Amino acid sequence: MNKHTLAVIVENKPGVLTRVATLFRRRCYNIDSLTVGTTENPGISRMTIVVEGDGKVIEQVIKQLYKLIDVIKVIDITSESAVDRELVLIKVKADNSVRADIVQLVDIFRARIVDIGRSSLIVEATGDRGKIDALEDSLRPFGIIELVRTGKVAMVRGTK
Amino acid sequence: MKGAEILLHCLQKEGVDVVFGYPGGAVLPIYDALYDSSIKHILARHEQGAVHAADGYARASGKTGVCIATSGPGGTNLVTGIATAFMDSIPMVVFTGQVSSPLIGKDAFQEADITGITLPITKHNYLLERTEDVARIVKEAFHIARTNRPGPVVVDLPKDLMEKIIDFEDTDDPVQLRGYRVMKGVNSGQIITAAEMINQAQRPVIYAGGGVIASGAAAELKEMAEKMKIPVTTTLMGMGAFPGVNYLSLGMLGMHGTRYANYAIGECDVLIAVGVRFDDRVTAKIEHFAPNASIIHIDIDAAEIGKNVDVNVPIVGEVKEALQALIPRLQTREELSEWHQTISRWKDEYPLRYGKSSEGRIMPQHVVEKICELTQGEAIICTEVGQNQMWAAQYYQYKEPRTFLSSGGLGTMGYGFPAAIGAKIARPDMKVIDIAGDGSIQMNIQELGTAVQYKVPVIICILNNHFLGMVRQWQGLFYSGRYSFTDMSHQPDFVKLAEAYGAVGIRVTKNEEIEGALQAAFQVTDRPVIIDFWVEREANVYPMVPPGGSPLNMLGGEDDE
Repeated sequence: MNKHTLAVIVENKPGVLTRVATLFRRRCYNIDSLTVGTTENPGISRMTIVVEGDGKVIEQVIKQLYKLIDVIKVIDITSESAVDRELVLIKVKADNSVRADIVQLVDIFRARIVDIGRSSLIVEATGDRGKIDALEDSLRPFGIIELVRTGKVAMVRGTK
Repeated sequence: MKGAEILLHCLQKEGVDVVFGYPGGAVLPIYDALYDSSIKHILARHEQGAVHAADGYARASGKTGVCIATSGPGGTNLVTGIATAFMDSIPMVVFTGQVSSPLIGKDAFQEADITGITLPITKHNYLLERTEDVARIVKEAFHIARTNRPGPVVVDLPKDLMEKIIDFEDTDDPVQLRGYRVMKGVNSGQIITAAEMINQAQRPVIYAGGGVIASGAAAELKEMAEKMKIPVTTTLMGMGAFPGVNYLSLGMLGMHGTRYANYAIGECDVLIAVGVRFDDRVTAKIEHFAPNASIIHIDIDAAEIGKNVDVNVPIVGEVKEALQALIPRLQTREELSEWHQTISRWKDEYPLRYGKSSEGRIMPQHVVEKICELTQGEAIICTEVGQNQMWAAQYYQYKEPRTFLSSGGLGTMGYGFPAAIGAKIARPDMKVIDIAGDGSIQMNIQELGTAVQYKVPVIICILNNHFLGMVRQWQGLFYSGRYSFTDMSHQPDFVKLAEAYGAVGIRVTKNEEIEGALQAAFQVTDRPVIIDFWVEREANVYPMVPPGGSPLNMLGGEDDE
């Protein structure tokens, strides 16, 4: 199964997220991640949807998305040269004996420590999926208490 | 002006002359405005009756059907009707009342999230947030409902916003929707490729559906078929898109299609699919469908291309425009003798046929044939769902589009009668007949009240086998004859029931009585008529592609059984 990244430009109106989510559920498409936020134009929002499926499925997903009145444009940026980023917050167990090790790891990944508790730290990192996965794997042995990822946002490089 | 008055003003601007509805608390302001309006309102006896009537009105007239119901149960009672219209791509705008804006989300009396509920069964829907938006939303709703692939649009109207008075100035601003454009033109490269393919075809078949009717392209379809002598089979939704009496007609294809239509699909080298969606009731097992053919698929909905089958030449656009572009590129063919000979042989060998009743009872197929004969194929036929629907498709020769009204996609029992009321109101010049079963008719029988009140002379022909016949047929064929809860012997006296409502009731139990009863019904012009035909109880719809089977291997209908 290939993962495709779709940039979906939609009207910034109530209910649009529900329309998109309902479509995916109803047609049995697998959403890997979905993010939504405003754009430079306050009337327009942008969703980044990572969806699993072969070429035929993705073609159907795009066509079905276009049938929603509030969807303005759909771009499959999977094969485009694009910058994609995800943000993660990881609360990891960190007593005095391991704190230095964690700080070192955080430096290597160019992540940041954004909260220090008595026996835990919160690590913030941004990067592409590979980097976030690797950071998560590296921190796991210390004991991950809580983790949240935003899902991917992406933008095509250059002037396109 | 009040929000409700603005609403009615906008409806009139859209050319709406009749609405079907049912009042209630949340739509009181709208009904108050209707009291003084020149728009005709038809009071149904159940919201489902109103929505199917609006659907029947739309199908018979080609206009957009309009229906109104109150919040909560009013809206939820519409759901089946909205889904029916959605599956069959029928243009409809449905207005629902909603509790007043400050109460939304508070689980108020008769509150239901109708925009949420209807999201997957509408082309689009709206929850009104400001009275100032009424005019824009109504305009958009009608525009969306009737353009491109048509479909139902729901507009949910909070009560306070209908009461609210604002300064209203009407404008003629065009609809502006960034995410929705009306399709124009077709890809000429694809047209050329398709034309070459058709010109070279030795065994072409046209497979035509509801899209031909929606697009108003029946004349173009006939011109193309006759120019190249291409046999035409239609889907259930395509009945009437091509005259059933034309020598090129193969009738319906699919599960209960004719053998010759299904054989032709199996053997054809080029399949021209026009305004269709390769539904499972048509294709059966997809691997067995048109295995030898290159497929040209014309449809306005790009998402239909490649959804169920891979096609060789996709043409996305209005069917009418596509056919108009295609026809001049096609060669005129005098004959396709070998292919036509093969098809005539199939037609001779495997005509539609049915057996005789062992006990001298009326055969239901014979009733449909009689209706066709006496109306000369020129009535509007509505159907319920089940055996009645299939016999109405098989044994009536439709000549014109918009004369066969049936719930094809959703398969809604109880559709036919209210749809017939809507159709008769749209086309008072036409005979309108609902071919029903004894099960289906009981699902919206209350609409007799509506038809009597408004003097709508539709004729309901119940093919009464005292069974839920289609389910019984499947139980007989695939569940060892275990007729689980399909015996409907316990039923009202339909003649007395009709009379109780002020309608005419006629019972027919003998073949000799059929014609007289129909002729008597044709004479009634001021009220509905029920003809209760007591038919052979266990007649089956044949031929049949068994579930999971191949269209080349149909069951039944080979000899008189």
